[in-house]
Amino acid sequence: MAKIKHVRTNVLIIGGGLSGLALAGALGEAGVDCVCIDRAPPVTQLTETYDGRTTAISYASHLVLKTAGAWETMLPDCEPIRDIRVADGASPFYLHFSHDDDGNEKYDPGREAPPFGWIIENRILRHRLFNNVKRLKKHVRHIAPAEIREFIRGKNDVGVILEDGARITAPLMIGADGRNSAVRQWLGIGVKNADYKQSAIVCNVAHELDHENAAVEHFRSAGPFAVLPMTRGAQGEHRSSVVWTEHGTDTKEILSLNAEDFDARLQELFGPHLGAVRHISKPMSYPLGLMHADSYIGARVALMAEAAHAIHPIAGQGLNLSLRDVAVLTELIFEHLRCGLDPGGDTLLQKYQSARRGDTLLMAGVTDLLNRLFSNDLTTVRLIRGLGLGIVHKIPPLKRYFARQAMGISGIMQKSLRKATN
Amino acid sequence: MVKTARTTSKKLNRSTVNTAEIEQFDSLAAEWWNENGPLKPLHQMTPSRLGYLRKQICAQHGRKDSGFIPFKGLRVLDIGCGGGVVAEPLARLGAEVTGIDAGAKNIRAAKDHAQQQGLVIDYQTTTAEDLADTKKTFDVVTALEIVEHVDDLPLFLSACGRLVKKNGLIIFSTLNRTPKAYLLGILAAERVLRWLPVGTHDWKKFVKPSELARPLERDGFEIADISGLVYNPLTDSFSVSETDMDVNYFLAARKA
Repeated sequence: MAKIKHVRTNVLIIGGGLSGLALAGALGEAGVDCVCIDRAPPVTQLTETYDGRTTAISYASHLVLKTAGAWETMLPDCEPIRDIRVADGASPFYLHFSHDDDGNEKYDPGREAPPFGWIIENRILRHRLFNNVKRLKKHVRHIAPAEIREFIRGKNDVGVILEDGARITAPLMIGADGRNSAVRQWLGIGVKNADYKQSAIVCNVAHELDHENAAVEHFRSAGPFAVLPMTRGAQGEHRSSVVWTEHGTDTKEILSLNAEDFDARLQELFGPHLGAVRHISKPMSYPLGLMHADSYIGARVALMAEAAHAIHPIAGQGLNLSLRDVAVLTELIFEHLRCGLDPGGDTLLQKYQSARRGDTLLMAGVTDLLNRLFSNDLTTVRLIRGLGLGIVHKIPPLKRYFARQAMGISGIMQKSLRKATN
Repeated sequence: MVKTARTTSKKLNRSTVNTAEIEQFDSLAAEWWNENGPLKPLHQMTPSRLGYLRKQICAQHGRKDSGFIPFKGLRVLDIGCGGGVVAEPLARLGAEVTGIDAGAKNIRAAKDHAQQQGLVIDYQTTTAEDLADTKKTFDVVTALEIVEHVDDLPLFLSACGRLVKKNGLIIFSTLNRTPKAYLLGILAAERVLRWLPVGTHDWKKFVKPSELARPLERDGFEIADISGLVYNPLTDSFSVSETDMDVNYFLAARKA
């Protein structure tokens, strides 16, 4: 990398996380030249200890990954979710979505209905997305590790100077550099924060019995406890991933438990239906909060994924929202280049913002509402939500609506995604 | 019609240039590249316009409609290029572009912008008839959003025709002279929504597709395609329509 003087490209992506890599892949697959800069060296990212979390890939997201040419390579490591069971603490009502409820006939016609989504380990997802970008080296240049010395702006381009002096410029720059986005700070774009005063404990568990591809979400007063089906482990053990939400201060106490006591607490929450459970990855705690950037765009710059929005993980929609950013950006950039237009122009940026902000705010609002509704002990609210679950269960169209929401295919589906289904 | 065209072209002081119109657009020279300025609708139309040009030019010149430089090696003339809003994309798509406009300030703005963008485009302050007199010809001639602004349409069309090589393509886009075009193209766009400066368009100068097609056919052109360009207020964008030519439309013709 030391020899780089000045690289000019079509799209400069700052951040080589899941969404940055997905965008680089989608653009490269479309034949668009881009550079992706990551401050972390790729080697550490691919080791097992790097990220113990899992990601739920919705039906719509898998179409984005397919468009990026990365789906087939990760499919063997993806466990399909065929059932979603929602339980509300002590309520007698139980909401059960089977993947036959989704009303989507497009997937693999003549065969079984599509799953709601898939669960994959983040480190595998990142590894596959990274390999995908390497495969596309004709169009994608991945530079890592690289520290940015400063952001620069020319009359018709924008870019960075790296610590080694290399200069990289493009008509369009994408900030995919996460919650504390340096790109966003450079643009002077503010954020709105909502602190849930909750943290999520995340770990993977092994259990005696088969999960039968069901995702289970228990709504408790402290917040949701979700069990997500994973692929089998190396020794053939049944595995699930746990997202365990607690009030802010309570996670420390739980994380300080010894392994035996921790497993005992897990067992209480799991109940008996998967048999004996034990954790197989180090439990980690993440604070939960809603963050939304005041704008997604600046001159020649667009913010995407967590640089623009971070939502409550209650419905597992975080990465799905980011991949929808990827879909919209890829489509707009491709169409603009196909027409010989400047990809960093205001027309593209405004289209991106208007396509994405509404969707994100809606999803943020829905997940926020769900969290508020399901995370308190007021008797009336408990009663209403208990009844609510019962009612949803009784009305198929409503159930289908929720099921489609979970799959991420409601509303206006992106053109590029529709193409991928054909 | 043809007779008029022939007689007028012989009068040396006659031209297709409407001085008032040129002044109006020349006064906007600084605004050509402001995507949120007075010419915003033009920028909103541009992706659809380029999409249409790409499709027609690839089809007529046997080019593969893929990749980002499908026009490599084609000589393209953009008549009434203004600040280069269409000429620049054509150049990026690989064409050798000549852009002409009767407004000197427009040409200056276009030259400055192309230089900033690192694009090589041959910009000239001239008219279609003067350029035609130099006997230069092109693989593709475009005249977008221009025929509704010219005086002496037959003279203009014959000049455009002379600029096209044999088997070359000419593409117009303009506003149809229909009541709907008056309502949407003038009343809504200029008076109500204030998209365009008042007085940008004069309905009486709008041109029906047949009024373009007939003189072109007489000059030996075959009409290759007529399509509409439709504004969708819900998505705030334009798209090409094969059926609705009531307001904006394209006409593509091939010189046989």
